[in-house]
Amino acid sequence: MNNAQMEILILAILTSLTCTLCGTFLVLRKMAMMSDAISHSILAGIAVAYLYTKNIHSPLLIIGATITGLLTVALVEVLKNTNLVSEDSAIGLIFTALFSIGIIIISKYAHNVHLDTDAVLLGEIAFAPFRRLNIGNIDFGPKAFYIIGSILILNILFISLFYKELKISTFDPALAFALGITPGIVHYGLMGVVSITAIGAFDTVGSILVVALMTVPPLTAYLLTNKLKHMILVSGILGILTGVIGYHVASLLDVSISGSMASVAGLIFAIAFIVKVIGVKPLNF
Amino acid sequence: MIDNITYLFKDYTLKTVILGCVILGITSGILGTFAVLRKQSLLGDAISHSALPGIVIAFLLTGSRSPVILLTGALFAGWFSSLCMMLIVRYTKIKYDGALAIILSVFFGFGMVMLSIVQKLPNSRQAGLNKFLFGQAATLLREDIFTMGILAAVSLLITFALWKEFKLLSFNSEFGNIVGFPMKKLDLLLTCLIVISIVVGLQTVGVVLMSAMLIAPAAASRQWTDRLEIMAVLGGLFGALSGITGAIISSSTSKMPTGPLIVLVSFIIFLFSLLFAPKRGILKKLYYTYNNNLKIKQDIILTNLYHSETKNIDSIIQNELWVFDKKLIKIIKKMEQANLLKRHDQSLELTLTGLKRVKHILLVGDSYE
Repeated sequence: MNNAQMEILILAILTSLTCTLCGTFLVLRKMAMMSDAISHSILAGIAVAYLYTKNIHSPLLIIGATITGLLTVALVEVLKNTNLVSEDSAIGLIFTALFSIGIIIISKYAHNVHLDTDAVLLGEIAFAPFRRLNIGNIDFGPKAFYIIGSILILNILFISLFYKELKISTFDPALAFALGITPGIVHYGLMGVVSITAIGAFDTVGSILVVALMTVPPLTAYLLTNKLKHMILVSGILGILTGVIGYHVASLLDVSISGSMASVAGLIFAIAFIVKVIGVKPLNF
Repeated sequence: MIDNITYLFKDYTLKTVILGCVILGITSGILGTFAVLRKQSLLGDAISHSALPGIVIAFLLTGSRSPVILLTGALFAGWFSSLCMMLIVRYTKIKYDGALAIILSVFFGFGMVMLSIVQKLPNSRQAGLNKFLFGQAATLLREDIFTMGILAAVSLLITFALWKEFKLLSFNSEFGNIVGFPMKKLDLLLTCLIVISIVVGLQTVGVVLMSAMLIAPAAASRQWTDRLEIMAVLGGLFGALSGITGAIISSSTSKMPTGPLIVLVSFIIFLFSLLFAPKRGILKKLYYTYNNNLKIKQDIILTNLYHSETKNIDSIIQNELWVFDKKLIKIIKKMEQANLLKRHDQSLELTLTGLKRVKHILLVGDSYE
């Protein structure tokens, strides 16, 4: 395994770990499909910010994407609160509209940069080692390391600092409200973190794998555990496993890395499902 | 401009494209009605993403790009994915939304793996498979239209034949069970029909955005009516309209993917309906609330005036301080115009119509006729 392959593998692991952390809470709050919505609609923010800056590596793109992520959540709530459409319709309407705007802008104005429509869905984890952080003449490794690394730290900080608040407002929103924890602030805080994570992961693994990594390992862990701390731990481990196995399968068969990671995540879920449904029953007689 | 449009309609390719978009719009609009009413809007999202591996595997197995074969693959994959979702929800504690997210991302990821295998094949015939991601109406052929048309006709015919049953399923499935209809089988059948309607639109709109075509036209038509029949017809119309508009814009501008444009047009139709629908629309509601508030405030002024001895504005302000602040003078002016009272500087006097209305309020409890 050469240096570049090693870097891709590390990146895959870091990305999976980051996504599973905020994904755990997303799943527990029954907002799994929100990851789908956010990971698609941030494209509109990235595209508009690109039109403005004409630079694909500008930090404005991240800001634009975060705003769009939060905007998606807010718009879904506005639509739902009109009582004219149900929540799932609202999600389906908002993110497809934003995603369409993103795709239209990209195909019309940004056709030549790497922001093409395939990259949107699949990401470019295989190319990540080529974009390096150089200070002076010293090579500090791929830029993506630092991006995903800082997002991982952000996730760990957010969850460890607000662990209690997140836990209470997830399992008993009424109690959280009575204790003076404003559910809205926790909610939008989490959504902000999810949006930022989605952008970081979006760049390397694409919008669909963001959904896979945020929901599949946490839901597998949800099948296997009954405690929040265990669930976070197990889903983290499963995330790392997904990254490692997914990468190796992909390089063995020479196929899309992010696609193979999603498939492996699904396979692990299928095993857990079968063990849970078929394997546990004989013990009960 | 007009020349351009008439030219567009004479164009043979465009006629094919428009026909395809109309078929897509009508099917997804009508079947989307049921998806939206049964709160299964995101089911379409999961199914359409899951169709991708079906398409690619069908191509790998047969090496053919004929729409019949590819769409059959999509049908099987879509059907299989909805089966998996049902299994997950039935046998685990995972809820519906979690099952959707799992199936959507895993199937699509697997589809991408298969697609990357296909793209490495030496022959270049696979080039067309990418169009299933975002749709490409411009490449629709007569053969495609034929397949789409048959699928659409079959699904719509079944829908019409079982209209009563599906209506029962959507609104009161427990009652249906009691009366003796096989509700579980009907549920499965309706899901299959939704899968078919998704498959119909895959070539035009693409797997990523097809779900919007189920939701947007139906959610728009829901705003205009409370009747299922009208909602379905309107949904079909809105779907066809967005299909045609999107296809025309996309084929008259360069580098415009059809799918996103059609979706955007349907979203605009939805927003328009949300704002301007005659009964449920947001503007109508705002207007109603405004009128109602005004009427209540007028009633308060009139009854106060009737009971008050001093008959001046200040006493009303003192009595009902919580209702009025600066708007009182405005409201009184409006009431003067409506000939409910007369104003002399600071004192007010009820007119005959005003007096009548107060008596009515005191007798009946409100001022509505």
